[in-house]
Amino acid sequence: MKIDNNTLKKIAHLARLEFDEAGAEKMTKDMTQILDWVEKLNEVDTEGVEPITTMSSEVNVLREDKVGEHLSHEKGLKNAPQKDSDYFRVPKVME
Amino acid sequence: MEKFLSFDEIKKSLENRETDCKSIVNYYLNNIKTKAHLNAFVEVYEQSALQKAEEIDQKLALGKAGKLAGMVLGIKDVLCLAGHTVNASSKILEGFESQFTSTAVQRLIDQDAIIIGRLNCDEFGMGSSNENTVHGKVLNDLDNTRVPGGSSGGSAVAVQANLCTVSLGTDTGGSVRQPAAFTGLVGTKPTYSRVSRHGLIAYASSFDTIGVFSRNVKDNARVMETIAGPDDFDSTASRKPVPNYSELLHFGKPVKIAYLKETINSSALQPKIKENTLEVLDRLKKEGHEVDEVNFPLLDYVLPTYYILTTAEASSNLSRFDGVKFGYRTPNAHNLESMYKLTRSEGFGEEVKRRIMLGTFVLSASYYDAYFTKAQKVRRLIKNFTEDLLNKYDYIIMPTTPTTAFKFGEHSNDPVAMYLEDLFTVQASVSGVPAISIPNGKDEKGLPIGLQIMANSFKEADLYAFAEYLSASN
Repeated sequence: MKIDNNTLKKIAHLARLEFDEAGAEKMTKDMTQILDWVEKLNEVDTEGVEPITTMSSEVNVLREDKVGEHLSHEKGLKNAPQKDSDYFRVPKVME
Repeated sequence: MEKFLSFDEIKKSLENRETDCKSIVNYYLNNIKTKAHLNAFVEVYEQSALQKAEEIDQKLALGKAGKLAGMVLGIKDVLCLAGHTVNASSKILEGFESQFTSTAVQRLIDQDAIIIGRLNCDEFGMGSSNENTVHGKVLNDLDNTRVPGGSSGGSAVAVQANLCTVSLGTDTGGSVRQPAAFTGLVGTKPTYSRVSRHGLIAYASSFDTIGVFSRNVKDNARVMETIAGPDDFDSTASRKPVPNYSELLHFGKPVKIAYLKETINSSALQPKIKENTLEVLDRLKKEGHEVDEVNFPLLDYVLPTYYILTTAEASSNLSRFDGVKFGYRTPNAHNLESMYKLTRSEGFGEEVKRRIMLGTFVLSASYYDAYFTKAQKVRRLIKNFTEDLLNKYDYIIMPTTPTTAFKFGEHSNDPVAMYLEDLFTVQASVSGVPAISIPNGKDEKGLPIGLQIMANSFKEADLYAFAEYLSASN
């Protein structure tokens, strides 16, 4: 699968990443190389095989519906790059 | 003189009152300073380790110490310890302080193990050489021009250079077993879900495991039996009972062993590694075990399956690093969207960005079925094959790695060549079964070779017993 410029831009936007020209060129090359390599999977006959979606053999692990505290408000805010007394602060969403 | 090379030795010295925990910690602190150039430790908890040692010495005097009293541990920079910084070797977690302690680490602390510091690794566990790190590369203590392996390179070198008794790493596709092979250690990846992942910074959640580095099998078993088991904070953690692996190391019956033709005949395999692996198989035959060659036609598909699924899971897991709630935030943003994009572009390293991009691609609407669903189907085939084989045979044996430790920069310009380093370790990760790497001699350059043993899910006790048997006769 050859990654073109438009696809790269679209994927980068979805991943919330940006690349300068040189970075975009290298990423396009690397992704194309890796995708060509993983496409080897097309050789495997998977007709009728169910995709596997969980690896743990535990199902429906339930516990008592009891409220407990894991992280306090203060601890939750502790690592914020920008905050006030109650909230995380971010740049303006609406201009 | 080198000392405290095993926990048995430490315990004996403590029992005979030849030493105390404070002296043990000071001994390792001194080694850490002498070997600072290896760059294994990102941060040394000198004060808290010494203070803890004093407390445990008092407990020992009263006969009230936990079963790991005297054990000194390093932890990989992806495991949370309350009140201490954790970075996952990434700029994006600059200045991040853990607000709680990971379950595995807490269980060791509860048994009076002393945490001496956190250890360098590849960013978010993504790498096979410990070169992708904001903390600078880690050197192999045997040859400083060579890599220690990755991603848990710092955890490997810390034990290799005797900077702590044992260490914790994490293994998503070989990140404990491969560096263990490159540094001449015992390294384990448990069954998926055997050890709680609470407090482990996620890379690929359906593959991530916490593993152990040690100089001998018994110490490894001791740590594993302590950290394994159910956990209220990780509902995927298995509720199956955890045997005391370290007391079940006796091995005395003939077993059935399979080796995979495609691994032994792989063109990527270094001849001396092949020779040493075949020697072990020969010896096992002579000792009365059944050793059979088996075909594994899916070998070439294991790595592509692994890379599609892990990059997909990584792209999802790493979406939380957006500059809002913790870690690095760009100073250059002019609105919310540019804050996300610039924070992530400035904060993540190149390999991490590559995997996020790939993962986003294989999960995107137009390509989801062709890549992601396809890989989930092949994963089932590989898992079924491996489990069926392990129902017929007790163990699968193969080399841990195709080569011994390579030089810095050797694979830096070719991501696929770097990925091929994990050729033999990913099968256990894709299948979820446990595996161990033990030393199996050296190559012509004196570099350690690893032998990998796999067993069926939750058969850690059998795996350790067999590894002990092979190590003892090696």
